[in-house]
Amino acid sequence: MFEAIVITIATAATPLLIAAMGELVVERSGVLNLGVEGMMIMGAVTGFGVALTTGSPWLGVFAAILVGALFSLLFAFLTLTLVTNQVATGLALTLLGLGLSGMIGEGFVGLPGVKMGTLYIPFLTDLPYVGRLVFGQDPIFYISIMLTAGVAYFLFYTKAGLTLRSVGDNHGSAHALGIRVIAIRYLAVMFGGACAGLAGAYLALVYVPQWVEGMSAGRGWIALALVVFASWRPWRVLAGAYLFGAVTIGQLHAQALGWPIPSQLLSALPYLATIVVLVLISRNRRLTMVNTPASLGRPFVPDR
Amino acid sequence: MRIELVKRPQHSKLFSALSPFLAFGLTIVAGAVLFALLGKNPATTLYYYFIDPLTEVWSLHELAIKAAPLILIAVGLSVCFLSNNWNIGAEGQFLMGAVAGSMLPVLFPEFQFWIVLPLMLLMGMAGGAAYAAIPAFLKVRFNTNEILTSLMLVYVAQLFLDWLVRGPWRNPAGFNFPETRNFHSYAILPEILPDSGRAHWGFVFALVAALLVWFLLSKTLKGFEVKVLGQSPRAGRFAGFSAGRMVIFAFLVSGALAGLAGISEVSGAIGQLRPSFSPGYGFTAIIVAFLGRLNPLGIVAAGLVLALTYLGGEAAQISVGLSDKVVRAFQGMILFFVLACDTMIHYQIRFVRPQAAGAGETSHV
Repeated sequence: MFEAIVITIATAATPLLIAAMGELVVERSGVLNLGVEGMMIMGAVTGFGVALTTGSPWLGVFAAILVGALFSLLFAFLTLTLVTNQVATGLALTLLGLGLSGMIGEGFVGLPGVKMGTLYIPFLTDLPYVGRLVFGQDPIFYISIMLTAGVAYFLFYTKAGLTLRSVGDNHGSAHALGIRVIAIRYLAVMFGGACAGLAGAYLALVYVPQWVEGMSAGRGWIALALVVFASWRPWRVLAGAYLFGAVTIGQLHAQALGWPIPSQLLSALPYLATIVVLVLISRNRRLTMVNTPASLGRPFVPDR
Repeated sequence: MRIELVKRPQHSKLFSALSPFLAFGLTIVAGAVLFALLGKNPATTLYYYFIDPLTEVWSLHELAIKAAPLILIAVGLSVCFLSNNWNIGAEGQFLMGAVAGSMLPVLFPEFQFWIVLPLMLLMGMAGGAAYAAIPAFLKVRFNTNEILTSLMLVYVAQLFLDWLVRGPWRNPAGFNFPETRNFHSYAILPEILPDSGRAHWGFVFALVAALLVWFLLSKTLKGFEVKVLGQSPRAGRFAGFSAGRMVIFAFLVSGALAGLAGISEVSGAIGQLRPSFSPGYGFTAIIVAFLGRLNPLGIVAAGLVLALTYLGGEAAQISVGLSDKVVRAFQGMILFFVLACDTMIHYQIRFVRPQAAGAGETSHV
C-alpha cells in the first residue's frame, strides 16, 4: 500500500521535475521563459500522436523532445535576437501552444493512447517493499533522476556550467570576456524546451495515456513556481516536485474517500499550495536575492 | 546571414503606428498558409473569417458583445503592464466579478427593483478588484511573484465557480443542470438598440472605460506615475512615487474592470451563471492589450479585431467546416507577430552577411 502510494506520487512529480529542471537551466542563463505550459502541451500532443500512429511510445517521446526544443526556438528568436519582452513573449508561447495543441489534437480526443511500460528486472523488481519503487517504475522516472543529478553536476562542477551561470549573473561582463552570451542562451532555452516536451510526453504516455485538450492543467506554471521555490538549486527542485506530487495524490485519495469536502476545493489544493509555498519562500528576501540569477529577464543587446 | 540590432536614438514614431498593422498583415499571411495546410481554400476561408461577419447588422452586434469584455479587461491590463505589474490572472478576476455580481439575482430572486442592476455592477467590480488585491497584497507584503500567484488564482476561481453552480447555487428548478436560476428582468443588462440586435450596454462601458483610462494615463499625474514607475522604478522612487501603492492601484483598477466585464457578460449576454461561460477572455485580453500597444484607444480597435477572430472562427466553422480550435492558435500567432514587430520601434534591424560585416570593419580602420 505504502509502496503503491509512493509510486503514484513519483508519477505525479516526474513531469513537474523534468519541466522545472529544464526551466532552471534556462533561468540560470538569465532568461525567463514563461512558455513552459505551452511547450509542455505541445510535447504532450506530439508524444501522444506519434506514439498512437507508430505504436511506439519511445518514438513519441523523441518526437516530443524535438518539438519542445523547436517550439522554444520561436521564443529564443524573439527574445534573444529581436530582444522582445521576455514575460510577454513567454505568455505568447503558452497561448500559442495551448491553441496549436488543441488544433492538432482534435482528432485524438477520446482515442485510447499508448502507455509506456514499466521496468521489470527479474528478482530485483520482485523484492519486497522497495522492489517496484527502485527497480519497477517507468523509464522516464529514471531519466528524471539522472537529469537532476546531471544538471546539478553540470552547473556546479563543470566549466561549461560556470560559463552558463556567469551569463545569467552578469551578461555584460560575460560578453566582455568573450563569452558568446546569445549562443549560450539559445542552447539553454532549447534545453528547457526539450525538457518541457519530455514532461508533456510523460503526461500523455504515462500519467494519463490519452489526449485531453489543455491536459497540462497548469503544470507548466507550477514547474515555474518550483524553480523559485527551489531558489534555483537542482536538488531542491526534486524535493519540491515530490512535495507537489504528494499534494496532488493526497487530494486525489481524499476525493476517492468521499469526505464531505467539495471535490473542487480538493482539486484547488495544488494551486493554493503553490501560492502558499511562493509566499513562504519569497518573504525571505535575502535568500531569494542571493540565489536569483542577477540578469534574469533583462534584455541583452551586445555593443559591437 | 546574421541579424543585427542597432538602437535607434529615438523610438520610431512611424513604426509605433505601423507595427500593429504590420503584425496583423503577417498574421493574415500566416493564417492563409495555415488554412492551406488544413486543406481549405485560403481566400474563401479568409473571407468568411474576416469579412463575412462584418456584412450583417446582427453580426456586428455579436462583435460588440465579444469585444466588450476584451476591451474592458485589456484597458485595465494596460495600467498594470505599463507600471510593470504582470497581472495575468484577469480571467480569474473576470469570473469572480461575475460571481460577486450574480449574488443578488441568484440568492435574492424576490428582490426585484431597478436598483438591483447598478448594485450588481458595483458588486461585480468590487469582486474583481478584491480578487486582484490578493496577488497585489502578496507582492507588496511578501515580495511574491505576481505572475505566478495571479495565474494560480485563475484555476482556483474556475473551480470555485464550478462548485457554486453545481452545488449551492444550482437552479432548484433546473433538472440538475450545472447552472444557476435565470436572472429576473431587473438583473438583465439591457440592449443598446433592441430593434437591431443583441449588443448590450457592456460595450458602452468598455468605450467609457477606455476613454477614462486614456485620460488618466495621458493627462494626469497618476498616469505619469504609472509610466515612470514602469519604465524606471529608481527614477520613480526619486520622484517620491510609492512603488507599493502603485502595485495595489494597478491591480485594483484592472481587477475592477475585469470584474465589470464579468458581470456585464453574465447579465448582458448570458442571463445566468454556468461552469465555463468564458472562452478565455481574460487571456485573450492580454493579446488585445499588446496589439493595442497598451494605449486604451488602440485597445478599442484591437479588441474589435480579436473579437472578430472569435466571430470569424464561428463563421468559418459553419461555412467552410474549419475547426473552432483554430481560433486560439490564430490569437497566439497575433501576439507573436505584434511582439516581433514592436522590436522595430526601438531598433533598426540589419541583415549582415558574415563576410560583409568583416569588410565593413576593415573599412573603418
